Amino acid sequence: MQDFLYFLQQLINGLTIGSTYALIAIGYTMVYGIIGMINFAHGEIYMIGAYTALIAITGLAALGIAWLPLVLIVALICAMIVSSSMGWAVERVAYRPVRGKHRLIPLISAIGMSIFLQNYVHLAQGSRNVGFPDLIEGGFRFGAADSFQTSISYMQITIFITTLVCMTVLSLFISRSRIGRACRAVSQDLGMANLLGIDTNRIISATFVIGAALAAVAGLLLGMYYGSIDPLFGFIAGLKAFTAAVLGGIGSIPGAMLGGLILGVAESMTSGYLSGEYKDVVSFGLLILILLFKPTGLLGKPEVEKI
Amino acid sequence: MTANLKHALFCAFITLIISYPILGFDLKGRGTSVALEGVDISTSIGVLLAVVIVFVFQLYRDTIMGSVRQLPAINPLANREPMEQSKRLKLESILLTLMVIGAVIWPFIASRGAVDLATLVLIYIMLALGLNVVVGLAGLLDLGYVAFYAVGAYSFALLSQYFGISFWFALPIGAGLAALFGLVLGFPVLRLRGDYLAIVTLGFGEIIRILLNNMTSLTGGPNGIGGIPDPTLFGMEFSRLIKEEGNTSFHETFGIAYSGEHKVIFLYLIALVLAVITAVAIRRLMRMPVGRAWEALREDEIAAKSLGLSRTAVKLSAFTIGAFFAGFAGTVFASKQGFISPESFVFLESAIILAIVVLGGMGSQMGVILAAIAVTILPELAREFSEYRMLIFGAAMVLMMVWRPQGLMPMRRIHIELKRQE
Repeated sequence: MQDFLYFLQQLINGLTIGSTYALIAIGYTMVYGIIGMINFAHGEIYMIGAYTALIAITGLAALGIAWLPLVLIVALICAMIVSSSMGWAVERVAYRPVRGKHRLIPLISAIGMSIFLQNYVHLAQGSRNVGFPDLIEGGFRFGAADSFQTSISYMQITIFITTLVCMTVLSLFISRSRIGRACRAVSQDLGMANLLGIDTNRIISATFVIGAALAAVAGLLLGMYYGSIDPLFGFIAGLKAFTAAVLGGIGSIPGAMLGGLILGVAESMTSGYLSGEYKDVVSFGLLILILLFKPTGLLGKPEVEKI
Repeated sequence: MTANLKHALFCAFITLIISYPILGFDLKGRGTSVALEGVDISTSIGVLLAVVIVFVFQLYRDTIMGSVRQLPAINPLANREPMEQSKRLKLESILLTLMVIGAVIWPFIASRGAVDLATLVLIYIMLALGLNVVVGLAGLLDLGYVAFYAVGAYSFALLSQYFGISFWFALPIGAGLAALFGLVLGFPVLRLRGDYLAIVTLGFGEIIRILLNNMTSLTGGPNGIGGIPDPTLFGMEFSRLIKEEGNTSFHETFGIAYSGEHKVIFLYLIALVLAVITAVAIRRLMRMPVGRAWEALREDEIAAKSLGLSRTAVKLSAFTIGAFFAGFAGTVFASKQGFISPESFVFLESAIILAIVVLGGMGSQMGVILAAIAVTILPELAREFSEYRMLIFGAAMVLMMVWRPQGLMPMRRIHIELKRQE
């Protein structure tokens, strides 16, 4: 029983982290699905989202507003606005001019952008990590009082619910709305979509904006969950989310969700049963193994190389 | 004009949104809580200025871009007839010889600090030349290059710690081990397409760093390894007192007064020799069939394959050779510092080396060497701007890709020019 409760705890922790990875992974997967490039700066956009959310929360606290739902919603909206603008601007400045050139050129440009954004926040906000206030406290506990207890905090529940809402909205948006339909068309065939009168530039901008907005949500959630943020924390999270996107099959939105959850669980199992230090090794090892044996991921479509 | 106005207003607004919240407020951690502080007025003015600049630029975008295009090229050489190939080659070799001669004289005229810095420059030149093979010539984006550098450095440190092996034996072993790592890693991953390869190598680099950090019993973990011996010259040590049985000391053998500078200069000269070896070896390789195969594969994989090139073998050779030179550089780095820790082998280091290759011009040796010198020395010269170093790096990488993806000194291939028959 004890073992099972411990396992359950790791599973819950893993699903919590995994669902936020999934939110970030969607940004990677959508961009890759449409223009076939890895948006290396996506992790930084997520980090900026977290910083903006923290700034909004402390700002509201300074103004004396303490009603929790209002604080969270305002922080979320601020983070989403700033991150989306950042995503839009990054695409405009660093990616659009190099679109269609040799594969490595946009990637190097993206790495440069990532370094730039990291140092931009570093210079503005300092390199030390800042504490995120613990807004949502408490939780449920299971199990006998004298032995190991499985706990689900309200924070974890908030993360689940928010992620679920975001995913549902995104799925509806992609499948029902006009822009969503255009997104799907562009990802299938950019040139043809262009011929049929879709403003592909706008659609590409839209994917960057959507991805950045979801990353901002993840930034707020993970910032609160971990309790502190620093300018470098976007890099590793971005890498993990990319792993999640590849795991699920890059270009596929349900794949990103699945990949995020699997990766999160794998990580928390490693830290639960082996050692926390090796969880990054496990996720990168997982990435390498997937790329070697099933480069298309779990739900991805094989890519046909055309001459 | 109205369309422009709308777009300009939008861009200006976006600029405001992305700069003001991050720049305009300062989060200050106070114990466990955080407080928000507004920053001084100059930042706000800066943000406002940026907004106005973006607005004006977007408003008159067409005019500005049009007049920029009409300006005579900033590069005065742009309109000149391209130099004849034989002449250009001659000039390049003269320039290289002059650089080497200058580099040999350098330690005897410069201060100790400057020589030390020059050693670092040479290490970066070795690294960049090695990465240039992988990225520039073979077109494989390797983001975990620093892992091979770490393998070289750590193998020297560990070999000397556990087996007492000296620099000269560790040098080929370190480079060989790095090459072996390259081979072992490269074998499975080189089937992957370009950008996947980049991420896998990045993951590999991180794994190596994490392992070095956590295998505390072997590598000392975050504390690193210290007491790495200095290189010796035919058994002559450069320290005041002899550390190892059977060695003599340099200053006693030659009957000169002891000076700490000897060691620095000696190390510099070793680095110089190795850097020259690296440059010459790669220059030769480029002209050999394997070098041509690298470029062929970079240009068109399918065409190269259909001409009978083995994709794996060619890529693997590039990867291994690149790793080999990184191992070289790592060994020199370890003996220069005398102490290494995982801190020196983070992803940023890979990014810096990549930036050197990209700025210099992928594939171009001359460009890469000059870029390595510039990237290492400029931050030292502009110390007061040193915190902006990485910011400028990132921006330079983006701008370079947008405006001049071929680099400052693009590579020019040796080719035959046919004379027109009159």
